[in-house]
Amino acid sequence: MNSMKNRIKYFVENFYLVLIMVFLYAPIATLMVLSFSGSKSRTQWGGFTLRWYLEMFESATIMNALQNTLVIAFASALIAAVIGTTAAIAINSMKPIPRTIIMGITNIPMLNADIVTGISLMLAFIAFGISLGFKTILIAHITFNIPYVILSVSPKLKQTNKSVYEAAMDLGAAPVYAFFKVVFPDILPGVLSGFLLAFTMSLDDFIITHFTKGAGINTLSTLIYSEVRRGIKPSMYALSTLIFVVVLALLIITNFAPHRSKEQ
Amino acid sequence: MSKKLLSGPYLVWMAGFTVIPLLLIVYYGLTDRTGAFTLANVVSIATAEHSKALWLSLGLSFVSTLICLALAYPLAMILRKRGVGRGSFVVFIFILPMWMNFLLRTLAWQTLLERNGVINGILTALHLPPQTLINTSGAIILGMVYNFLPFMVLPIYNVLCKIDDNTINAAQDLGANFWQTLTRVWFPLSVPGIISGITMVFVPALTTFVISNLLGGSKILLIGNVIEQEFTRGSNWHLGSGLSLVLMVFILASMALIAKYDKNGEGTAF
Amino acid sequence: MKRNVTAVSLGISIAALALLSGCGGSASSGNPGSAGEVYVYNWGEYIDEEVISMFEEETGIKVIYDMFETNEEMYPVIEAGGRTYDVVCPSDYMIQKMAENDMLAEINFDNVPNIDQIDPVYLERSKSFDPDNKFSVPYCWGTVGILYNTSLVAPEDIPTKWSDLWKETFSGEILMQDSVRDAFMVALKSLGYSMNSESRAELEEARDLLIQQKPLVQAYVIDQVRDKMIGGEAALGVIYSGEMLYIQEEVESQGLDYDLEYVIPQEGTNVWIDSWVIPKNAKNKENAEAWINFMCRPEIAKMNFEYITYPTPNKGAFELLDEELQNNKALFPDVDSLDNCEVFQYLGDEVDTIYNDLWKEVKSN
Repeated sequence: MNSMKNRIKYFVENFYLVLIMVFLYAPIATLMVLSFSGSKSRTQWGGFTLRWYLEMFESATIMNALQNTLVIAFASALIAAVIGTTAAIAINSMKPIPRTIIMGITNIPMLNADIVTGISLMLAFIAFGISLGFKTILIAHITFNIPYVILSVSPKLKQTNKSVYEAAMDLGAAPVYAFFKVVFPDILPGVLSGFLLAFTMSLDDFIITHFTKGAGINTLSTLIYSEVRRGIKPSMYALSTLIFVVVLALLIITNFAPHRSKEQ
Repeated sequence: MSKKLLSGPYLVWMAGFTVIPLLLIVYYGLTDRTGAFTLANVVSIATAEHSKALWLSLGLSFVSTLICLALAYPLAMILRKRGVGRGSFVVFIFILPMWMNFLLRTLAWQTLLERNGVINGILTALHLPPQTLINTSGAIILGMVYNFLPFMVLPIYNVLCKIDDNTINAAQDLGANFWQTLTRVWFPLSVPGIISGITMVFVPALTTFVISNLLGGSKILLIGNVIEQEFTRGSNWHLGSGLSLVLMVFILASMALIAKYDKNGEGTAF
Repeated sequence: MKRNVTAVSLGISIAALALLSGCGGSASSGNPGSAGEVYVYNWGEYIDEEVISMFEEETGIKVIYDMFETNEEMYPVIEAGGRTYDVVCPSDYMIQKMAENDMLAEINFDNVPNIDQIDPVYLERSKSFDPDNKFSVPYCWGTVGILYNTSLVAPEDIPTKWSDLWKETFSGEILMQDSVRDAFMVALKSLGYSMNSESRAELEEARDLLIQQKPLVQAYVIDQVRDKMIGGEAALGVIYSGEMLYIQEEVESQGLDYDLEYVIPQEGTNVWIDSWVIPKNAKNKENAEAWINFMCRPEIAKMNFEYITYPTPNKGAFELLDEELQNNKALFPDVDSLDNCEVFQYLGDEVDTIYNDLWKEVKSN
């Protein structure tokens, strides 16, 4: 009786998980299917084709936008990781009141509406006479990325044992050396997950880029937005499918590798 | 002492690119085109069209947040039960869709919801009458739930994972049934995650303009659309800033909520 | 957990870098940039991309190309000056607005000898917004009308007037334009007023009419009207004439079981002209003039026409077209035979604000 109940419960839970997965991945599956459709129409299947994949590699516009997107995501995540990690260390050693204030400011870009962040940055760039361009997108992305790094690193810092660091110093290690030898390995996972998050957020951002971008510079998001209304070129679906599959493959490989090592 | 100096670059950065830009919004919001002080931009939220857009935004984002919470909590509980030791995998499942561009994902919903779209195609194949799905408030809510659900699931999941199994077992040993455990143990212990999730869904839903454009057929004007259009079409930046200031009130309220219920930053999403 | 995150983020970074290095080389074509740059701001899908590379190869000028969707969206960008462009392609009334607000530079026609390829009829018509023909060079023109789906509209319901867009039978079947002036044009014209009305009473009447129409409207769209109509999403749509050729080709190539027909409503419509202008803050004015001159070359204008299918004011290009196309009245209507047609005018900032406010009232209702 009890096992029957458990089985039903298990089934219901699985069913629910599957439903949510369908909800999350249905649009993605749709785009993937469209990327192989011979018709430009979003609602009609026009026979299997790889044409859009070829067109995608030939389109300088798309390749430029891809390059911009990746450079900005990578650079902004990296710089945010450096600034954010140092900031997290400093914040961790602060007294409660300044810490609360700074964490409050840290929360602003995360909680603030994207549209307000984007517009406020645009106003600032124009007010300071910084012409909008690649660098303004980069600055904007670093700005909204830093909090993600801080919030990933801070919990790890709390877990580190202060006395080990102090012991290293007592044994004559210079602070910087002691930090990299003792503390850094402990917070590295936090730094990396902060980096990865920042990378993803930067990649997916549209609104802030929309307001801070300069002439002739497109990221994939802004390029798609300018195409949305005219009808998206299916090569855009092809590119997204490709990116998605690459990330998925990496994810699967890295997730199944550790399982094997556990079994040994 | 030297450690505090490390916060230097960060503080400079935040001052330059967060605080000053926000002050500029305040400046623009409180002046008119001639630069004279005025409250007109802020007060204009009370005009019929603006307040209607604001109430509609509040309504839609409230409903979306509730749906997200209702979907996410059981989900997080199941994931916690199943996902022991596979934490990052769960996170990636919800972050993975973000690698497919947000605009494209929302556009894909158009394809699914349209009159000749996939869902109506399935309905017709089952001999059911086709439905009007696109360009409705329902479609906008769906778009919000779809885009922001991960931001509800992750903080709740993270908080739930920190709850000790022994706490739950103790409650059950003491004779608490499922509902009692849920309301007396699970909920109170997961408040930081819930609050953080609510704000992370509510704020972006409240301010979106892309989702309402793509899935609402521009028939439904949200406060985000009003602000966006003041900046990109109406070219009245002062009015746009004034309305942004009004929005910021809600954002500040969210920050206050977080500060109150999530003092230790347990409810972070990631 | 640790290992997964580490491995994945490293993996992704490596993949990103690989992609970066991979696409670094793909951007090179010819040696553009040797003669400077030109920043072009044009409507979406409003040029044959081939033309851009031809221009780059021939002149050595590197083209930086951006797109906008509405005149209203373009204006604040130029006004703010955060991004500067050398050559922009707005419509009639917006050109007038920019000129009146001192945002345009006079074109040096010594650098644009191909101006003589433009049919004088269009230069004459341009005088309604550019009285001395000194700021603008026409690029495309057309009309606005109603597109309908032959299988969704019964023969007795075929639209002939703007006011047909208020028929209950079309509930949920109408695609309206999501831009202020176009939407008000439809309402004002159906009321028998000028689409350049400055009368508050007339405009409020038009607003009430648009609010009354809203429940019947499926969506307010701009360029999407084209794909939605091809996809059979709606029965009627307000559309620019230039989309017709593309639509008909697409209907044929997709083998659809319906046709899409274009009607110019009886009450009269908007005849618009999109022209090249040079903003005052342009940094490469001569390159911009070279660009305009290139666009006026008949073969180039023909290439663009074939790609974007909007009627061209270029008589050289027109003569190169097939007779069948030249006689396509949906594309090249005899404007003289169109009664009550008007060109949009800029009505001043105050009237602009009235339009914007009333439109907001329509949208928020």
